Amino acid sequence: MPFLLKQAQTFILPMAGICCFLLLWSLTASNIETSLGKFPGPSAVATQMVNLVNEHNAERKKEDAFYIRQDERNKARMIKDPTYQPKVRMYTGKETFLDQIITSLITVLSGFLVAAIIAIPLGIAIGLSKNLNRAINPIIQIFKPVSPLAWLPLVTMVVSAVYVSPDPMFAKSFVNSLITVTLCSLWPMVINTSFGVVSMNQDWVNVSKVLSLPKLVHIQKIVLPASVPAIFTGMRMSLGIAWMVLIAAEMLAQNPGLGKFVWDEFQNGSSQSLSRIMTAVIVIGLIGYMLDRTMLQLQRMLSWDKSSAQL
Amino acid sequence: MLKIRLKKKCKKLYHAAIASICISGALVTSTLQATELGYPEKEELKFGFIKLTDMAPIAIAYEKGFFEDEGLYVTIESQANWKVLLDGVIDGRLDGAHMLAGQPIAATIGYGTKADIITPFSMDLNGNAITVSNEVWKQMKVNIPKQADGRPVHPIKADALKPVVNKFLNEGKPFKMGMVFPVSTHNYELRYWLAAGGIHPGFYAPHKGDTSGQIDAQALLSVTPPPQMPSTLEAGTIHGYCVGEPWNQQAVFKGIGVPVVTDYEIWKNNPEKVFGITKDFAEKYPNTTIRLTRALIRAAKWLDDNNNANRPEAVKILSQSNYVGADYKVIANSMTGTFEYEKGDVRSLPDFNVFFRYNATYPYYSDAIWYLTQMRRWGQISDDKPDSWYKDIAAKVYRPDIYMAAAQSLIDEKIMSKSDFSDLVDEDGFRAPQKHFIDNIVYDGKTPNAYINKFNIGLKDGDKL
Repeated sequence: MPFLLKQAQTFILPMAGICCFLLLWSLTASNIETSLGKFPGPSAVATQMVNLVNEHNAERKKEDAFYIRQDERNKARMIKDPTYQPKVRMYTGKETFLDQIITSLITVLSGFLVAAIIAIPLGIAIGLSKNLNRAINPIIQIFKPVSPLAWLPLVTMVVSAVYVSPDPMFAKSFVNSLITVTLCSLWPMVINTSFGVVSMNQDWVNVSKVLSLPKLVHIQKIVLPASVPAIFTGMRMSLGIAWMVLIAAEMLAQNPGLGKFVWDEFQNGSSQSLSRIMTAVIVIGLIGYMLDRTMLQLQRMLSWDKSSAQL
Repeated sequence: MLKIRLKKKCKKLYHAAIASICISGALVTSTLQATELGYPEKEELKFGFIKLTDMAPIAIAYEKGFFEDEGLYVTIESQANWKVLLDGVIDGRLDGAHMLAGQPIAATIGYGTKADIITPFSMDLNGNAITVSNEVWKQMKVNIPKQADGRPVHPIKADALKPVVNKFLNEGKPFKMGMVFPVSTHNYELRYWLAAGGIHPGFYAPHKGDTSGQIDAQALLSVTPPPQMPSTLEAGTIHGYCVGEPWNQQAVFKGIGVPVVTDYEIWKNNPEKVFGITKDFAEKYPNTTIRLTRALIRAAKWLDDNNNANRPEAVKILSQSNYVGADYKVIANSMTGTFEYEKGDVRSLPDFNVFFRYNATYPYYSDAIWYLTQMRRWGQISDDKPDSWYKDIAAKVYRPDIYMAAAQSLIDEKIMSKSDFSDLVDEDGFRAPQKHFIDNIVYDGKTPNAYINKFNIGLKDGDKL
């Protein structure tokens, strides 16, 4: 019996929840009439999923044909002009839904990594020094609630002005999204890290003092391991925020990614637009969930305090 | 490695030299002698567009491989609005774009953003309409005479709207309409139509810092990006708008508004969009410029071939989500020779969108000058200018020399025939005086000031706000 009960808890209850949700969704959807047709229900989304994958495959075929044509053109030109150095140019066709997902993932992870590289050392420094904390705290408090939509115009203008190169390594749009994501996901990590450092067990600090460990060793052996759970909690929060911010930034700035996909579909205003947007919404949610789970796994692997990595 | 680079540099210089000789040759003599066009200097290009059916030449040139035939590898990217698009071309994020004809002109005279933008290729004729909300249509309809079959007589003049606007004003409510950009064709067309019906659309006074265009206005015009027009109308923020397709037909399909007049009826075969590039781009990459123009000319011809026989295929391409993306039937409504006014009132309009016929692709100075006259008429140009100034600005922006070089090389390579461009050989850049305006005023591009003085509503010679 306890076995069955456990199964029910871990398996049947979530399924029941999802089923209820799907039922409610399809009921409400069929009752909402927009000027672009009915609000998409689960079946419309399922159809679109298949459509989007088919579109992706069709586009890949076009891409192959593109490279073959390009190859032929290059060869023809080599015959006419033997000094010509043939170049292979990237495919110029549209980005499919799957491409957009990958773009968004790469952007969010890079933005998050940059934020982590800045935030964790900063958080430790703030946690260790009360004075530094007093100095920086007001700035953190002011910037923490700023929405990505407010940052974006500033970031765009600054990047356009500063990031000038004839052959840039990264596209400007990528840099824009990345910086916006970094700016918004920095704060939870800083705050949580510093909190973890401050609330460290005093006994350990005392041990370190008794052993008179050098500062760096103290951080490495005592502070870091002690604050790992808090750091990871901050990182998880940050990653969630980063993902939300990225979609908004892509929508607003028309940077490639899932956000652009949503905005383009909204602008298209075709009878399929709403169901395609709904599909994107579901995918965005699923990816956000998966990112969170991955972070949790990492935390479990690296953290000694298993209780903080339960949920 | 260094050697290769040097070689490349030398080749670039060599090509540039050849190309400049080609162009100046074409310019000075415009003879029929065959000079082979060099390879493009820049092969990877990015073009911007706004989701409208008149971007078709770009999509067709891509999908039909005309760009690739020229050795150009083009990425096409939709833009959020006309401002973002213009900025993209100016700061080099985009190499070229589908533009409102007024944009390169305004940029050159420094209205809004200042930049040297030119056009070697005019993208189409006509293609816009004015739509009003169902509520306004109901009130307008009583003022419109009926045909024998009970349908309203077209073209509908703004005279029918005037009582509605007056009613709004008497009740102290503003009558608001949308257009897509301050220097857009749509702004001037909407103003033209309103003013022809005695409704004042308001003046601009940039020298006083007033760029809202609502001085003395009876109808308040404001900017909304094209794809957002139907939803803005639906939300009740505006009572009508002027926009390109498919956003008028979309209103019909959604049942939220009624297109009352097309721009074809306001001015038969009026110039619409252009393809804009910076002057720097054209000077730095002359072969690329000619080659992209060639691809666009071929695309435009394809679109109009055999009495629009290719249009259904074009509509299919345009309805892809990365281009216009609206439903096939919505786009097809205007692209295949018909136009649906009030729901069910489908009328034949074979020239609603013209891409190649009537020299649609040739950049006429007189087209540019018409835009300048309207900028002067509504105060965007605050001071009087002599006729010669109009011609000079037009010649700075509109570049028939590049167009002709492209056309000539297409003829030389037997890709197109001489008869396709038959009447352009001795072209001086001015269309014959044009009639067929809704108010029957005749436009002669050679005498812009005299033209401006013909209007009842609008700034005239000597007027200053």
